[in-house]
Order: sequence, then C-alpha cells, then structure tokens
Amino acid sequence: MADFNVSSREDGEISVVKVEGYLDAHTAPDLENEFNKMIERKRYKIVVNFSELNYISSAGLGVFMAYVETMREENGDIKFSNLKDDVFSIFDLLGFPVLYEFYKDEEEAIKKFR
Amino acid sequence: MFKVKREIDISKTEIVISSSTNNLSLVRSFIEFHGRELELSNKEIAHISLAVDEACTNIIKHAYQDSSDGIIKIKIDKKKNKLSVKLTDKGSHFDPSIIPDPNVEESQKMKKGGGLGMYLMKKIMDEVKYNAKGKGNELILIKYLA
Repeated sequence: MADFNVSSREDGEISVVKVEGYLDAHTAPDLENEFNKMIERKRYKIVVNFSELNYISSAGLGVFMAYVETMREENGDIKFSNLKDDVFSIFDLLGFPVLYEFYKDEEEAIKKFR
Repeated sequence: MFKVKREIDISKTEIVISSSTNNLSLVRSFIEFHGRELELSNKEIAHISLAVDEACTNIIKHAYQDSSDGIIKIKIDKKKNKLSVKLTDKGSHFDPSIIPDPNVEESQKMKKGGGLGMYLMKKIMDEVKYNAKGKGNELILIKYLA
C-alpha cells in the first residue's frame, strides 16, 4: 500500500505538484526527490495542490522550508492550494501563513504567478 | 508465501516496534484505534497521533541515528481525564526538551528543514516529560481530555 504519492504536471512555466495521502518522515524523501528534479530542470514556479493530502508531520513541513528559498532566488516560489482544514492547522501552528502564500484553489495560485 | 514478520497487535495498550520510519503509519493507527475506543474527539486523536509520530521520528533520527535495529516501546494509558503516551527506547541519550523553539524564517533562509518536531509536540500536548534512563530514553506525552 502506497502511503504517499507525488505527481506533477506542467502548465507553461508553472509546475503543479499534487501530493496525496500521508506525508511523514518516511515519505518526505519522495517529495524531496520531486523538488530536486524541478531544480535540475530549472523549474522554479511551483504550486503544490494538497486536495488529496490527509496528513502532514513536521518532516513534510521541513521539505518546503528547505526548498522554498532556492525557488525564490530564481524568481519562483512554492505556493500552496486546496489544503484540508486539519492539514492547514499544522502549517498554522508553525507560522507558515506569514511566510507562504496559501490559496483555496489551484487556479488562483497559478494566476498569481502570471 | 511464508509470513515471517510477527504481526503487531494494535489493540493492545502497549506495542513494541523497530526503529524504522516505515512503522510511523502503524504507530498512528495504534493511537487512532485507542483514541476511538476511548471516545476521544477527532481533533484530539489527530493531535495525539501527530505528537507520537513526531516523538518516534525524533527517537529514530537522534537516539538511533537512523538505524532500524533499535526498538521503541509505546504505551497508552488513560486515568480520569488524563491521557498519557509513554515512549521508551534503548538508544543514545537525547533530551528533546532542550531543543530551542524553531525560527522557520531563519531556517528557510539557510535552506534547512527540521527542528520542528519538539515544538509541535509541545504545542499540541499539555505536558511533555523527558527522563534519561540508564540505557535509553523515556518520553511521556500527556493530554488533558475535554
């Protein structure tokens, strides 16, 4: 059983990363790999769609902290969309809403890059 | 096919797991099972599962330095309105309570993740107690139930 799945698609110069399932210390390396691939391919404008993510622990939050600056240095960003309330509450506990942009839906986040 | 691995019975109030992140989902199922039995709210179950996940992740990373050869004993207990989860390991001494509160903005400028687990545990539980043992560590997470 796959606890976590990450996939991505391209929309012009924006990459939309979809995360599904449970993001913890065991599955966080899969997300790191995805971001490493983005950097290799010089894709720095990223929207992460959380609609199918049920759970996140600090190991998952740490991945965004470790990569966002690289994206921002290259004129990009990591923007978040479609978070379930439970998942958002964990980001909120750590003060992420002042450091990251959160959107209700993916389209809105994509538009902000344009 | 032979099933060599011994099944872990999450309906018991104490489980012993190997120190692998592969077991984190099992640990969360264990808390969820007992949370439902004890009729805790969904929010209480979600918070306690997260805190125990964070505690196990710290033990695996710091007490056992990412080796999966160690063991972690997890015991859940409820007395009146106080729910406690005790985690015991036999790894190197690691007192998570001395970890400073994280500065997310600073860490992200330095392109570093991590250091958030203990802070989350303290935020979502009512008490976090650490005891160094002769060989290993004991961490007790306490939540006062509504």
